[in-house]
Amino acid sequence: MSDRVFRETDEDLAYKAKWYTSRAVIYGLLILWTIICLFPIYWTITTSFKTAPDVMQGKMIPFIDYQPAWLGWRSLGLSPETIVAESTVRDEFLKRFTNTTVISLSASLLAVILGSLAGYGLSRFAYKFGPLRNNDISFFFLSQLILPPVVLALPFLVLYKELALHDTQIGLILLYTLTVLPIVIWIMRDQFQTIPAELEEAAFVDGESIWGAFRRIILPIALPGMVTALVLAIVLTWNEYFFASLLTSTDAKTLPVMIASQTGSQGISWWSMAALSFAAILPLIVVGILLERFIIKGMSAGSGK
Amino acid sequence: MSNGDLFHVVSHQKISERRKRFGQILIRGSFAVFAAIAGLQLLDAMGVLDLGFENWQPTLFAYIFWAASLTAGQIIVNGEMGKRVLFVLPAALFVISLTIIPLAFGLAIAFSDWNLSDPDGPSFAGLDNIRRLLDDSFYWNAMFNMLFYVGMVLVEYVIAFGLAVLLHSEIRGRRFFRVAFLLPLMLAPVAVSWMIGKSMLEVRFGPLARLARAVGIEDPAFFSDPITAKFTMEFMDAWMFIPLMMLMLLAGLQAIPRELTEAARVDGASGWRAFKSIVFPLMIPVSLTAIMVRIIFKLKLADIIINVTLGGPGGATDTVSSFIFREYRDRSNVGYGTTMAFFYLIIIIIGFTILMRVSNRWMRPYR
Repeated sequence: MSDRVFRETDEDLAYKAKWYTSRAVIYGLLILWTIICLFPIYWTITTSFKTAPDVMQGKMIPFIDYQPAWLGWRSLGLSPETIVAESTVRDEFLKRFTNTTVISLSASLLAVILGSLAGYGLSRFAYKFGPLRNNDISFFFLSQLILPPVVLALPFLVLYKELALHDTQIGLILLYTLTVLPIVIWIMRDQFQTIPAELEEAAFVDGESIWGAFRRIILPIALPGMVTALVLAIVLTWNEYFFASLLTSTDAKTLPVMIASQTGSQGISWWSMAALSFAAILPLIVVGILLERFIIKGMSAGSGK
Repeated sequence: MSNGDLFHVVSHQKISERRKRFGQILIRGSFAVFAAIAGLQLLDAMGVLDLGFENWQPTLFAYIFWAASLTAGQIIVNGEMGKRVLFVLPAALFVISLTIIPLAFGLAIAFSDWNLSDPDGPSFAGLDNIRRLLDDSFYWNAMFNMLFYVGMVLVEYVIAFGLAVLLHSEIRGRRFFRVAFLLPLMLAPVAVSWMIGKSMLEVRFGPLARLARAVGIEDPAFFSDPITAKFTMEFMDAWMFIPLMMLMLLAGLQAIPRELTEAARVDGASGWRAFKSIVFPLMIPVSLTAIMVRIIFKLKLADIIINVTLGGPGGATDTVSSFIFREYRDRSNVGYGTTMAFFYLIIIIIGFTILMRVSNRWMRPYR
C-alpha cells in the first residue's frame, strides 16, 4: 500500500485531460450557437445606426468601426431630434404598434379565459355530448392545431367581407383567439390535472358551489399556468402575419403587415428597415428575457407525458 | 391522454317546472329569432325580398344572442348541474362557430368558380377546380417542396437534441444560454425575413455573403439557384424554430430521473452507451411530440417565403400556403384557392392519422 491514498495516476491525469477537452467542446459549441442566435439581432441593432458608407463597407462594430448615426431612427421619427416634432411615419408606426398590442393582448386574454374554463371542466367533470366523451372533446380542441391557416383564410376573407368584420380589430381578435385556443387548453388542462381534486372536495363540504370553489381555490393556484399560457399566446399572436395580411387593409393593419409592405419596396434604405424591424421585435425580446421561465414551462407542458 | 380525478356532481337542487319551461323557451325562442333573421337575409340576398340589408351583421348578432341564450339556458334549466357544462360550452361554441361554419362555407366555395374581382360573383363549377388542381404543376411542385421542408424536420430534430443535451450538461450560465437560444423563436418571421433574408444574405453587402466570399465562394448567390434557395429558406425557418424543439426536448431530459443515468455509470456504461440504451429510449415519447408539434408549425410555413423569395426562383421555395396566398393576391381567385387549401387539409389529415398510429406504437418503448 502506498502512503498516499489519493494519488493522481496516469489514468487520472488522462481522465482530467479528457474532462477539460469535453468542457472546451461543450462551451465552444454553446458559444457558437449563441453567436448564431444573437448575431442577426446584433446586426439589426447596429445597422439601424449606420449610414450608407458603413453599410457598403461592411462595418460591424459601432464606435470602433464606425460612428453611430441616428439615420434609421430619424426616418421612423424616433431619433432624439425628431421625437418632439410631428412625424407621419411615427404616427403610422405607433398606430400599427397599438393595433398589434390591442389585438394580440385581447386575443390572448380571451383565449386564456375560454381555455382555462374548458381545461378545468375537462380535467374535473365527466362530460357526454352525444357520443363524445372527455377525451374526444379534448381531441376535438387539440385537432384544431393541424388546421393550416390557409384553409381558413379564404372562407374567412369572404365571410368577414359579408359580416363587415373585414379590416376590423374584432375580426382579427376572434381569429387569433381561435388559433391559440388549442395550445391554451392543452397547457391549462395539464395544469389543472396537477392540482389535487381533494382541494375542491373540501370546499364542497364547506358548502362552496362549483363556481365558488373554482374562483376562490383553484384559480389562485393555477395562476402561474395561466400566465404561461398568456405569454405563449401573446408571442404567437404578436408575430402573426398570414391572416393579418389577408384580412386587413388600412385600419386594423398590424406591425408585421407594415414591415412586410416596407420590405417589398426596393428603394427603402437599410438603416430605416433595420430600425423598423428592431422596433418590432424589441417588445418580444424583452418578454423573452424577462418571462423566459414561463415560456419554457409552457413549451414543455405537453412533453412530460 | 389520461384523465385526472373526475367529480361526479350530485345536486339535490329542485328546479321548478316554470323555470325549466322558461329556460327552454329562451333557448328555442332565440334560435327561432336567429333562424328568422337569417332566413330574411337569405331571401334578401337572393333578391326575393328587398329589405335593404347592408351586410350580414344582423344574422351575426342573432347568432350571438342564440349562443348566449343557450349558455344561460343551461343554468336556468339545469341549475347547479348546468354550471359544469358552462366550463366547456363557451370554448366549444366558439371553436365550432369559427371552424365548422367557415369550413362548411369553404366547402361550398371550393366547388365554385369565384373570382373576387369578377362583378358577376360566384358560379357553380362542380369538379372543375379539382380537375384543374390535378393538372396544376405549380401546385404539385409546392406539395413536393413541402415534402422536402417536412423531411428536414428530422435534421432540425438532431440539432435540437444536440443542443438540448448541451444545455442539460453541467454548465455555468445555463440561464444565459437558455435565453439566448430561445430568442430566435420570439422574433416575428416577417422581421426575420428582412434581418436575415434581405439584409444578411444580400449579395453585395450582407455579412453572410462577405463570409462566403472570405471562405472562397466566388459568387455567393443564395436565392438564384433552386437548390441553394430551398436550403437557404429551410435554414431560416430552422433557425427560428429549433428553439421550440430544443426546449421541449430539454424538458424531457430534465424529467429523466438522475438515478437512472447514475446507475448506468456505476454499471460501467460509457457516456454514449448510457445515452443510446437509457436516455434515448426514454426520450422517444417527448421526441415524437416535439417532432409532431414542429411538423404542425412547418405545414404553416409561409411568412418568410412570401416576404423573401415569393416562391422563386421558378417555384423552388414555394410552400402550399405561400402558393395559395399568391393565387389570391395576384388573381383574387377565391374558389380555386379554397379547393387547393382543402386538398392540402385532406392530405394533412391523412398524413397525421398515419403518423399518430405509428407513433402510438413507438410511444411505449418498453411494452
